[in-house]
Amino acid sequence: MQTEHRLEPRWLKPLLLGTTLLFLAIFLALPLGVVFSEALAKGWKVYWASITEPDAIAAIKLTLLVVLITVPLNTVFGVATAWLIAKFEFRGKGLLITLIDLPFAVSPVIAGLIFVLLFGSQGWFGAWLSEHDIRIVFATPGIILATLFITSPFVAREIIPLMQEQGKDEEESALTLGASGWQTFWKVTLPNIKWGLLYGVILSNARAMGEFGAVAVVSGHIRGMTTTMPLHVEILYGEYLFTAAFAVASLLTLLALVTLVLKSFIEWRIGKKRLLAH
Amino acid sequence: MKWQLRKPSVLPGFGLTLGFSLTYVTLLVLIPLGGLLLYTTKLSWNEFGAVILDPRVLASFKLSFGASLIAAVINLFFGLIVAWTLSRYNFFGKKIVDALVDLPFALPTAVAGIALAAIFASNGWIGALLEPLGIQIAYSRAGVVVALVFIGLPFVVRTVQPVIEEFEKEFEEASTSLGASWWQTFSRVILPSLMPALLTGFALSFARALGEYGSIIFISSNMPFVSEIVPLIIVTKLSQFDYVGATAVGTVMLLATFVILFLINAIQIYSREKSL
Repeated sequence: MQTEHRLEPRWLKPLLLGTTLLFLAIFLALPLGVVFSEALAKGWKVYWASITEPDAIAAIKLTLLVVLITVPLNTVFGVATAWLIAKFEFRGKGLLITLIDLPFAVSPVIAGLIFVLLFGSQGWFGAWLSEHDIRIVFATPGIILATLFITSPFVAREIIPLMQEQGKDEEESALTLGASGWQTFWKVTLPNIKWGLLYGVILSNARAMGEFGAVAVVSGHIRGMTTTMPLHVEILYGEYLFTAAFAVASLLTLLALVTLVLKSFIEWRIGKKRLLAH
Repeated sequence: MKWQLRKPSVLPGFGLTLGFSLTYVTLLVLIPLGGLLLYTTKLSWNEFGAVILDPRVLASFKLSFGASLIAAVINLFFGLIVAWTLSRYNFFGKKIVDALVDLPFALPTAVAGIALAAIFASNGWIGALLEPLGIQIAYSRAGVVVALVFIGLPFVVRTVQPVIEEFEKEFEEASTSLGASWWQTFSRVILPSLMPALLTGFALSFARALGEYGSIIFISSNMPFVSEIVPLIIVTKLSQFDYVGATAVGTVMLLATFVILFLINAIQIYSREKSL
């Protein structure tokens, strides 16, 4: 298959391949390498201490809490929306798709800003909230809302194209044969989209754990209280505790690598098109 | 014909999913973004102008747009080369290299920021090589561009790669057998058909760069007038409880995002119509 490329000059392949590998080595491989090399610069003992000190544990716990709330909610939203968009023709569908995609295009800082404007001390509901002693901004609910906003398109974007491609013939047959709506969904639709759905969930999970900008705006950076893992990295780095910062960062890097491996695995399972990576 | 919300279908669940989706999007996206636009109405045009035309804010807009543009151009060039290499050549470890291209999507931006800062600092792996040459990347404007190249890298590759993979080789062969040189074939046959994908990737990479915050603040010195990006201005204003100022700057950013989204849609509609 490669032999037919005699059309192009001989020097082209080495040149382009060399450029590609050098460019990706500088921008992708070195950052990966430096995270682990810095994290382990002072040995495994310091590494272990950095990721098990109380503030790090608190950050990991908060991050997991955020993931446990946002990922299931966005999964239900993604599946319901994909069903709506892939199975029905209705007015305003294009507009709805644009709205669903919007959080993906908005700057993370603006995603944080909008919740501060709603629930912050000078926000639209700020006075009412402080009267009733409810804290949203600079507290866990704000972090959850901002993460929910940022990750809301991920599952939907991943399975809408899959469901559209599969059409609705199979579902219509199931219904004609007497299956109920829910039976059709669980036994026909879900098995067809399971790999795409799984990947959407993995991607939401990675982004929910790693989100920085939006969470930084609403968190207030109260150490051990409102700091997720990326914010904990920022605090450590700001205090020149580089080894500790890179140690916590290495956990997030492992998460990113696992995400990439699973993506390749699922693409191999589906055996065809590339999945959306973002 | 009677007006109808939807075409009839035997599948159930339209009302349920429509209601749920609309409620979710309204509460999570529409009301919060609307709240931002509504908050801007608290400002008169003069106040709005005073915030935006403040020299420090203007300098940050120049930096954000300029650095995003440079980074998107770098990604356009190298992204095309990477996409070409991955779709046309076989080499050892190709699968791993291909999977690694998505790293900037999967790696948290804060981690990318501290990693790049460590590499390009004057004592870092690359920074130490550049220092004798008098080139400083970390803690300068060049650092901002480096972070944005990392963040935007996959966009051009992933939009162009499928188009190169599906490109009919017959066109190239026809062009060559008609006597065109390789360069003529590339510039007159291949490049024009890649144009919509290249432009889309470029715009996506630019849009992402414009809003980026996490990776930049670690590698930039964040100095007002020199290396301070727009998102950082918003964060700074918020931390001083200057909601009005943050909103004014945020609104301009949001409008810029809408314009880019609109352009991306226009490119895609144009190229779809052309190919029909």
